Amino acid sequence: MSAASAVGDGPLLEIDGLKTQFFTREGTVRAVDGVSLSVPRGATVCVVGESGCGKSVTARSVLGLVDEPGRIVGGRIRWRPAGGDEVDLATLEPTSERMRRIRGGEISMVFQEPMASLSPMHTVGSQLVEAIRLHLPLGRAEARDRAVELLRRVGIPRPEARMEAYSFQLSGGMCQRVMIAIALACDPALLIADEPTTALDVTTQARIIDLLRDLQARSGMSVLFITHDLGVVAEIADEVVVMYLGTVVERGGVDEIFHDPKHPYTRALIGSVPRMGRGSRQRLTTIRGTVPHPSDRPAGCAFHPRCDVAVAGVCDRTDPPDAVVGPARTARCVLYDPVAVSASPPADGSGVTP
Amino acid sequence: MTDLTSQAPPREPDPPPESPAAVPETPGRRSRGTASQRRLVWWRFKQHRLAMAGLIVTAGIYVVAVFAGFLAPFSSSTFDPEYTYAPPQRLHVVDRSGGDWDWGLFVHGYRSTVDDETLELTFEPDESQKIDVGLFVKGEEYEILGLIPWDRHLIGPTNPDDPMYLLGGTRTGHDLLSRMIHGTTVSMSIGLVGVAMAFVLGVTLGGISGYVGGRTDLAIQRLVEFFMSVPSIPLWLGLAAALPPEWGPMQRYFAITTILAAIAWTDLARVVRGRFLSLRNEEFVTSARLDGSSRQRVIFRHMMPSFSSHLIASVTLSVPGMILAETSLSFLGLGLQAPVVSWGVLLQDAQNIRAMATAPWLLLPGLCVIVSVLALNFVGDGLRDAADPYKR
Amino acid sequence: MLTFIARRCLVMVPTLFAISVVAFLIIQLPPGDYLTTMVTRLEAEGQQVDEAMLAGLRDRYGLGRPVHEQYLAWMSGIVHGDFGQSFEYGTSVSSLIADRLPLSIVLTVSTLLATWLIAFPIGLYSAVRQYSPGDYLATTIGFLGLAVPNFLIALGLMYVMHTVFGYSVGGLFSPEYRDAPWSLAKVGDLAAHLWIPIVVLGTAGTAGLIRILRANVLDEVRKPYVVAARARGVPERRLVFKYPLRVALNPFISTVGWVLPALLSGEVIVASVLNLPTTGPLLLGALRSQDMYLAGSIILIVSVLTVVGTLLSDVLLARLDPRVRLGHR
Repeated sequence: MSAASAVGDGPLLEIDGLKTQFFTREGTVRAVDGVSLSVPRGATVCVVGESGCGKSVTARSVLGLVDEPGRIVGGRIRWRPAGGDEVDLATLEPTSERMRRIRGGEISMVFQEPMASLSPMHTVGSQLVEAIRLHLPLGRAEARDRAVELLRRVGIPRPEARMEAYSFQLSGGMCQRVMIAIALACDPALLIADEPTTALDVTTQARIIDLLRDLQARSGMSVLFITHDLGVVAEIADEVVVMYLGTVVERGGVDEIFHDPKHPYTRALIGSVPRMGRGSRQRLTTIRGTVPHPSDRPAGCAFHPRCDVAVAGVCDRTDPPDAVVGPARTARCVLYDPVAVSASPPADGSGVTP
Repeated sequence: MTDLTSQAPPREPDPPPESPAAVPETPGRRSRGTASQRRLVWWRFKQHRLAMAGLIVTAGIYVVAVFAGFLAPFSSSTFDPEYTYAPPQRLHVVDRSGGDWDWGLFVHGYRSTVDDETLELTFEPDESQKIDVGLFVKGEEYEILGLIPWDRHLIGPTNPDDPMYLLGGTRTGHDLLSRMIHGTTVSMSIGLVGVAMAFVLGVTLGGISGYVGGRTDLAIQRLVEFFMSVPSIPLWLGLAAALPPEWGPMQRYFAITTILAAIAWTDLARVVRGRFLSLRNEEFVTSARLDGSSRQRVIFRHMMPSFSSHLIASVTLSVPGMILAETSLSFLGLGLQAPVVSWGVLLQDAQNIRAMATAPWLLLPGLCVIVSVLALNFVGDGLRDAADPYKR
Repeated sequence: MLTFIARRCLVMVPTLFAISVVAFLIIQLPPGDYLTTMVTRLEAEGQQVDEAMLAGLRDRYGLGRPVHEQYLAWMSGIVHGDFGQSFEYGTSVSSLIADRLPLSIVLTVSTLLATWLIAFPIGLYSAVRQYSPGDYLATTIGFLGLAVPNFLIALGLMYVMHTVFGYSVGGLFSPEYRDAPWSLAKVGDLAAHLWIPIVVLGTAGTAGLIRILRANVLDEVRKPYVVAARARGVPERRLVFKYPLRVALNPFISTVGWVLPALLSGEVIVASVLNLPTTGPLLLGALRSQDMYLAGSIILIVSVLTVVGTLLSDVLLARLDPRVRLGHR
């Protein structure tokens, strides 16, 4: 935490101790449980983790899009637009005018299911023009020109004709390009991409990733990229945030994370990716066990039941500290906690804020 | 699909070593699985307060239907033409006419006067007459569940010949309360019997339609659409009017039920077909098929259990429709006919404004219809919500 | 669009055929044929039976010939506008029906419109303000509306009007207009009487539509495209009106398919309770007296009208929904 706040003018987006919980009849689900991360200006930050780790909820919390019965119950989401005042998105009313201007104007979002994310009743063009005119003072004709230009920019052939198309007439990849065009409509400072390629086939995935990387490089916007695909992470990330069961377990630069993973979970995650040239005889390692449901998370370190190096009596009792393991790098594990490593099990909790 | 089973090679090689261990385990695991799902549904259902209330009321109504003979003071055919349109009596618990508190159930008798001009009979309670009413009194003989003969009634006049009209008398001088209770048996059973028939039709045709698909599906779909696009009541009326008039009450009862079922199966067929279609490509069904399970086994052991709660919900929701339909038909005089008593038959008496003005209590059977239909709807809605974990 | 309508009309053909067969069956089902019934009746009234006329009629309806030929004879008559004779009224079925059918259509269509006008705002409100007191009220009314058979509503309304206001409900015209030729005043008189059957007939449909619209809007509000629209900064109010409502409207329109048959069904009962000069009581009377050509023809016409109404609603739906229009799914 201390590492993050040390950055000069402050990062564009800084999430600090975010907690988002779902109040269901079966009990409270702590989907996001104290997540801290920051997105520097112009950088691409990847949030990676298995399904159900809370990465999507984190992304949605930023724009106040958490569905009922979910609610942000704690933490701060500091948004620092260039030339604007700092806002805490966690406390901003989701229906307020300020939030409405931020959505799509300053922060845009691209979703997992491109087909379902476009209204089947309206043409692609009408949804694109709507996005433009919501935030920019343009007339109908100007907005339309801009829309066609946007479609061209995201690589849609014959953009004029596509303006009149409906979502069900386009392929998944085309729909996602349209969604990206809508997201870029008003030159946002931050693009949140929530698993934008998961529902697409592999070749389309690669093209969409290339497109996003390209657009990011040209516009200089920041990108918060949510994914479970480490291959994608390696390709586009500047920084990586690894999540497990609603908490951040490790943060760091992309090279550091891939070449020198600290947290046992990160190590296991990277070890489970097949690689070229590793020899076909070698068995792929897997993480044993399955992700527990967020409503019955294990005591202590949430990962300890699946961890190979868990210390009995420590990991299953105390919350691991967020240890600083390098410049702008943290790992949430007792292995890197000087106190816990030197001494035997501490008598009272580690004293780390959750 | 026949091709698939014949092509699948599961029979020729011996099952791999881990299979024998897996086979005896499967049934146990699955029954535990369904049990927990059923418990899950029940648990969700219990949280739905309206649905629980509906369930209790429905259960109560069916208890009345089953024990009608015991609960009704009189049989459905007992009548006294002297007491045409007799107004409801008040049931007194204590007699204070003698100055002191004299406990015991009783009602007052009637004093009737004939209007000289209209010859209309009007009744007034006669305070001087006291008709003792008792619980578990001896009365007419009846059979519990049509099997065990008995002659006790929950409530009735101690002297069976005394007039007791707690909810008033009908045009023919029948006791409305007794007739309503007996009508419960008929009206509620028509709902069940009719839905049972519609269920068989709907599940069979819907299942075939959804599982086989292709041209069969198309044909059955057209049939369903036809039944849904035709206004039902004129059709029922036409078919009911075509029943031979010489048929006895039982034959008529089953004929009417069949007619209602023949039109009501379409909804069930649609539900079943939709479920089959969505399940057909599910992986567990494919894997069951690849395991070499027979078609029946795939349908009845793998597919049906996974939507049985939906099915129960749809069935529950179609019972009230049946009850309403029977009531409407009988009300119009084309459904059940005397001596069979159903709520619709009873409402026939209330067809004109004159009868209603003199004897508004004749509308009471309508209340039975509303209450039972509401209760069943609540139960059905609760079940449907509980059965679908993905909706909200 | 034109191909859609053509395809849709083609699908209608087997349905229409099936309807005609069922109507024919209903005519055929009672024992004895039309002529024997007529002869018995005439003899009972002590009238002379004209053998020549009988032979002519027998030839006309193909009686005594195989069933499919009788069906063809009946159908060819209908195509030429001849629905046969009503022995009850002694006139042609077509003239009887022509007398009453327009009022049936007026009643049904105005009830349908009233149903929509009422159900739409209530259903939408119920969905947008889910679990508010207004929502609970609407839901309760919806449940009641579905549970009370409409003839009971009619009876209840008649009873209340009679005892409280001393006003007798029934009919579509005041006595002075009943046989008067059509005039503006008569239309006004009709409008003044029409609301009662509309209330009685429309309650169940309104209740059903409220529930459908509420469920649909609630369903749609959770769809990804609504979230996506919200994420691009569409204001809440516009969000509801532009997106989910648009999709939820479709089932609303396609409900014509079942509201219309339900209305025509209800009309039969309600009209006989309220004594309306529509086809309902005519059908009922015909069925009671086994006047089968009349009954069968009414069933045929009413069913065909329903199918045509459903076709119209489908065309409307195709205009509104690009997925239907463009043949997707």
